[in-house]
Amino acid sequence: MANQIVRGRRSGFAQVLTQAATRGPLHIIIIVICAIWIVPSLGLFVSSFRPANLISTTGWWRAFTTPFKFTLENYGHVLTQSNMGRSFFNSLLIAVPATVMPIMIAAFGAYAFAWMRFPGRNVLFLVVVGLLVVPLQMTLIPVLHFFVALHLTGTFPGIWLAHTAYGLPFAIYLLRSFIGELPGEMFESASLDGATHAQIFFRLVLPTSVPAISSLAIFQFMWVWNDLLIALIYLGGNPPVAPMTVTISNMVNSYGGDWQYLTSAAFISMILPLVVFFSLQKYFVRGILAGSVKG
Amino acid sequence: MIGLRVLWAIIAIAGVPLVLVGYLFLVERGLLKTKIERRNKVRPWLWLLPPFILLAAFLIYPVINTFVLSFLNANSTKFIGIKNYAYIFTDNSMLIVLRNNLLWLVLFTLVTVTVGLLIAVLTDRVRYESVAKALIFLPMAVSFTAASVIWRFMYQFQPKGQTQVGTVNAILSIFPNFQPQAWLSNPSENNFALIIVGIWMWTGFAMVILSAGLKGIPDSLLEAARMDGANELQIFFKVTIPLLWSTITVVTTTLLINVLKIFDIVYVMTNGNLGTEVIANRMYKEMFNYQNFGRASAIAVILLIAIIPVMVLNIKRFGQQGGR
Repeated sequence: MANQIVRGRRSGFAQVLTQAATRGPLHIIIIVICAIWIVPSLGLFVSSFRPANLISTTGWWRAFTTPFKFTLENYGHVLTQSNMGRSFFNSLLIAVPATVMPIMIAAFGAYAFAWMRFPGRNVLFLVVVGLLVVPLQMTLIPVLHFFVALHLTGTFPGIWLAHTAYGLPFAIYLLRSFIGELPGEMFESASLDGATHAQIFFRLVLPTSVPAISSLAIFQFMWVWNDLLIALIYLGGNPPVAPMTVTISNMVNSYGGDWQYLTSAAFISMILPLVVFFSLQKYFVRGILAGSVKG
Repeated sequence: MIGLRVLWAIIAIAGVPLVLVGYLFLVERGLLKTKIERRNKVRPWLWLLPPFILLAAFLIYPVINTFVLSFLNANSTKFIGIKNYAYIFTDNSMLIVLRNNLLWLVLFTLVTVTVGLLIAVLTDRVRYESVAKALIFLPMAVSFTAASVIWRFMYQFQPKGQTQVGTVNAILSIFPNFQPQAWLSNPSENNFALIIVGIWMWTGFAMVILSAGLKGIPDSLLEAARMDGANELQIFFKVTIPLLWSTITVVTTTLLINVLKIFDIVYVMTNGNLGTEVIANRMYKEMFNYQNFGRASAIAVILLIAIIPVMVLNIKRFGQQGGR
């Protein structure tokens, strides 16, 4: 009531003031939280463009006071001298096949689980659901043993296979629930027309599953791109094949205090995820959320 | 050299799908020659063969094998019973590892869920909600490795009297009695410093899921509570939280599963030194530094056992939905 009277009598500026007084704290809290969250990344970003002597003697926030001094030298150095260029390339070489392979293989399984009847189907699927959360640590030693025996350690095919297999439970799980929701009539009329399962799969199922496949692809790509543990174990920190995560963690050990290199190297590794994040935010968030159960 | 690798990648990207497509067509062609009943019985197994070969080789068999290895000695040549497990629960350095993991489990999960919920509720009331949420969610996109570099930079330390270059020490220096801290080396605070990095990364995740749950609560319910004279705090605790409870549970279990296996942050920031080691990092060290595969396996089994309740819950939940 009182509020209405106030609103009725005064207008415009006064109203804005009262609203600011009651809603002000809310905005301040949100803005402070956002600032806390963005400052760490901002500091890294700004520092990566500052000359070495300034990074080590002044805080990054001083970059905005005179004298302005920025440089691209740090990026030039890490790309040519610290293997970051090669590692960027390696990360791509690891992540792209390790995204394509599991999705393709999982789609077969998902289709069989969703649209074929066979004894033991539910039990087998529950095995897949169980494997979703198995800690990868449970698999490292035996897999490493047979990689050594097959000379797959330190090779791209080895890490592709590992990421493919580790990505399968989630990929099968997600695609099965999507493919299972597709309308059954679509398949019936196709099979009445004499289409085989293979034709139905490639002509109907794969094209209609594009939304699920794209979320899955983004999730799997980011997971592999950002992975450190699997790369460390199966590639063994071997520089010619090391992805960026491994190279950066080696850099932290070898030049812990040379922030001009660490900041620029870290930012290089963040560029692609950030581009994906800003351009495909919807799919990205959906993929992350759906994939959060992954082991 | 690089050309060769690109060639390999092209073979993997194009070749693997081609081989798989070829496999399926061969399967279907082969099946055409069999009787129709037999065809429908055999087909599912042939379709499931490629994924299950990989699952068996990389997940199912290794899990069983690791379990067996955990009862053997360092180089897996002799059965030593439960000695590896006894070591995990009695050795002093292992007990610190377990304590740290417990600290991560409780503190990380509690703070991440609480802050995530707080941000979800607050941003729900402003017009720039999506921008604010994008900022908070952003760290989820970068690797733990990059995040660790970001925070090592934040936590830099210079002795008192010198210019503090690290953001955290510089901000806290505003307070007159503050002594600059070596956040990552001081054993009384380094675990908390690491946990903060985890919280910074995962709060966005909790926020997004909780925010989606929040949008699912009908406005009419909140309005009704307001009409009955409830204030915003009462509404939050008596209406919002109970209605959001199942979402909160999902977020909490997800965070628990993930934090249990936390590795990268500790590996890059402190490498588990100075009392910050956690289970996954210790396992890595047992494997590569000490070459003790028995102990490393036992540590992995402990991780698996800790996760089994969640696994059972998932399987039950799926069983209820019915495999359709």
